[in-house]
Amino acid sequence: MRRSFYERPALFFGVVFFGFIALSFVVAVGPAIEIQAKHKPLPGSQPMTPQELRGFDVYIAEGCPYCHTQQVRPLKMDAVWGRPSVASDYARLEPLHWWMETPGVLGSERTGPDLTNIGKRQPSEIWQLIHLYDPRAVVSWSIMPSFHSLFEVTSSPAADATVVPVPPDFAPSHGKVVAKQRALDLVAYLLSRKQAPLPEGVGGEAAAAPAAPAAEAGGGGAQDEGAMLYSANCASCHQAGGTGLTSTFPPLKDDPVVNDDDPTEHISTVLHGAHGRTINGVQYPVAMPAFKDMLSDAQIVAIVNHERSSWGNSGKPVTEEMVAKVRKEGAPQ
Amino acid sequence: MRRPLTVAKAPIDEVIDADHQLTRLVFAFITASAVWLVFGTLVGLYLSLKFRWPEIDHVPWLTFGRLRPIHTNTVFWGFASNGMIGLAYYVVARTSRQRLHSYKLGWISLALIQISVVAGDICLAAGINNGAQEYREYIWPVMALFAGALVLTCYNFYWTISNRTTKEIYISNWYIMGALLWTISLATIAYLPFYQYGFAETAIQGYYMHQGVGMWFTPMVLGLTYYFLPKLLNKPIYSYSLGVLAFWTQMVFYTMIGAHHFLYSPLPWWLQTVAILFSIGMLVTVVAGTANFLLTMKGSGHAVRNTYAVPFLLVGVVYYFVGSAQGSFEALRSLNMIWHFNNYTIGHSHITMYGFVTFLIWGGVYGLLPRLSGREARQLFIGMHFWLAFIGVLIYGVSLSIGGTLQGLSWLAGKPFEDSVTLMAPYWLWRAIGGTLMFGSHLLFAYNVWCMLPSKSRDEAVETYTEVPSAS
Repeated sequence: MRRSFYERPALFFGVVFFGFIALSFVVAVGPAIEIQAKHKPLPGSQPMTPQELRGFDVYIAEGCPYCHTQQVRPLKMDAVWGRPSVASDYARLEPLHWWMETPGVLGSERTGPDLTNIGKRQPSEIWQLIHLYDPRAVVSWSIMPSFHSLFEVTSSPAADATVVPVPPDFAPSHGKVVAKQRALDLVAYLLSRKQAPLPEGVGGEAAAAPAAPAAEAGGGGAQDEGAMLYSANCASCHQAGGTGLTSTFPPLKDDPVVNDDDPTEHISTVLHGAHGRTINGVQYPVAMPAFKDMLSDAQIVAIVNHERSSWGNSGKPVTEEMVAKVRKEGAPQ
Repeated sequence: MRRPLTVAKAPIDEVIDADHQLTRLVFAFITASAVWLVFGTLVGLYLSLKFRWPEIDHVPWLTFGRLRPIHTNTVFWGFASNGMIGLAYYVVARTSRQRLHSYKLGWISLALIQISVVAGDICLAAGINNGAQEYREYIWPVMALFAGALVLTCYNFYWTISNRTTKEIYISNWYIMGALLWTISLATIAYLPFYQYGFAETAIQGYYMHQGVGMWFTPMVLGLTYYFLPKLLNKPIYSYSLGVLAFWTQMVFYTMIGAHHFLYSPLPWWLQTVAILFSIGMLVTVVAGTANFLLTMKGSGHAVRNTYAVPFLLVGVVYYFVGSAQGSFEALRSLNMIWHFNNYTIGHSHITMYGFVTFLIWGGVYGLLPRLSGREARQLFIGMHFWLAFIGVLIYGVSLSIGGTLQGLSWLAGKPFEDSVTLMAPYWLWRAIGGTLMFGSHLLFAYNVWCMLPSKSRDEAVETYTEVPSAS
């Protein structure tokens, strides 16, 4: 008697097995082979230095991608993190050890901010170190773990040690906080996270994809945009309330430059950054990054006006023409 | 006597005349499963507290980034896999009316799984992982042990089925064998490195993280339910044809949809669109499967009231529908934009892995173990297990679904990122409350499994059983 298909285990399970493998080639292995062959690193991108690679290893070992994406979607709501990611942005990734596969950095959860451009957005090594030692020292609402194990507390740091100026409320009661090599490596990796410019005509599949209709929604008025941009670019140092952090990051509340009728220095500081300034008798050793390549004139207007009208400040509002003029003049000597 | 929380259930009316060796093997798997459940969800509960109290400890191997994969991998490969495989050993042999092909291979599989979970968790605690890729965090030398256990189990099952004394291969075995064959292929494809450099890794990751759930846990528990549900209700499955439809669409549709985990990523746009279309297509599979189970249950309300295994199966089937339908909607671009990257997906993964997969495993365990050993757990504790787990996962799923939606809307409205963190505080607290209830139920489950363990000799066990007075 002839047995039916469902009564013949070798045939039936053979179809189940090879059918799945065939489909897997269509939707996974095939596309993977094509992507690997097709997408080369962007010309403007750099391979990681040995130190950055060691830092990347820490980033993966500590499971940072579980809370931080490195994936900017072609959606308006993601624009705050940078330009839409393209496949070539990840082309340099490869396994770090014999027992490891190519690490996944795109992530599936954004419990913390996207880090695609963290090296641009927050390029201060000292800030990064304070933040790793105790995130709440610089970001009051943070729920990130404190990575104390990347630091040691010692009463007599070596001459070449990187001493981290942890704000007093968060510092250990005795001794100084010194960054271990793993912390310095991790920060080097983070600071290297900057999107390379896209060459002309390279948009990638994602950028070429039709924008979803709802992507146009949201945004709100200029006031909101200023608050949002301030929150994304400035608040980690100057704090949401404009109070800064004692002796580390200057306050903007009641700051003479922010309240000055002549906005030139205010605009110039945002455009070109600052280093080693003394404000109201306090010297601030940590450098402020330049935002000229990251923010448009309109975005700088929104931020500057937000700062000039918040926390009791009463500086006169600025316009795009003023920003364009200061930008044209270049960095102060 | 009326009992609080639980109605009096009928006592187990039969002790199955299964062979001794199989009974021991099944109990070993289920015991391991219960131990891993307690450990894995203790880790999960601790993680949930860290959202509220991030400074709770400063121990390197207890940081969130190391514990999270320990939680997920332990409940995947430790709890659920042991539980499903243990039940499957019984179902395959029983429905084939044949002795298991090799008990020795069964015990080796059991050992390999436990070694891989222990070794994998230790590596993760030490910061040694496979590149922080979700659910394939165990490094390949560890995962190879696990895959080895699956190969041995698959071989064992194949020959048991091949030598069956029944005419047809019962549908449970389609799903169980399918799950094993698919997961062996999947693990191999996902762990071969040659085509995963650069962004190509993401093409495999989307495929893997999806199939890891959908081609392993889903078909396994569905296969088990195709056995336990009719068995416990003492009637045939409503429709064999619906089962056939659900099986083949599961294999074809589900395999195609991994890319929906990376919508709006730089993955080829056609691949994302294919994933979305088949995600909607999955509704066919899910409706067919759910309808088949519910129609089988129809008219058997007495079984829900009078047994303690069937309510678990009912909850599992309902969550199968809810969680899968939710997954299909999450794959729509317009909704994915709001629900991706935030706690909505964490709610979804617990609705599916817990509400669906875990409840069905429990249904099988409570349905089978007393009949194998002749020893019942205390009905009050089984009832408490059910209600704590049921209410717990409800709180968990609802709180994170609401919170996650608000996070997505906050991003869509261009609010500062800070808002999406601070607004979650109450929802994370509710999640921890739900999680506490769930964990409490797991302690009861472990105790119940202990109570159901066979006594030293089978004769003794049957004797013990007959001394149990029937509840009224």
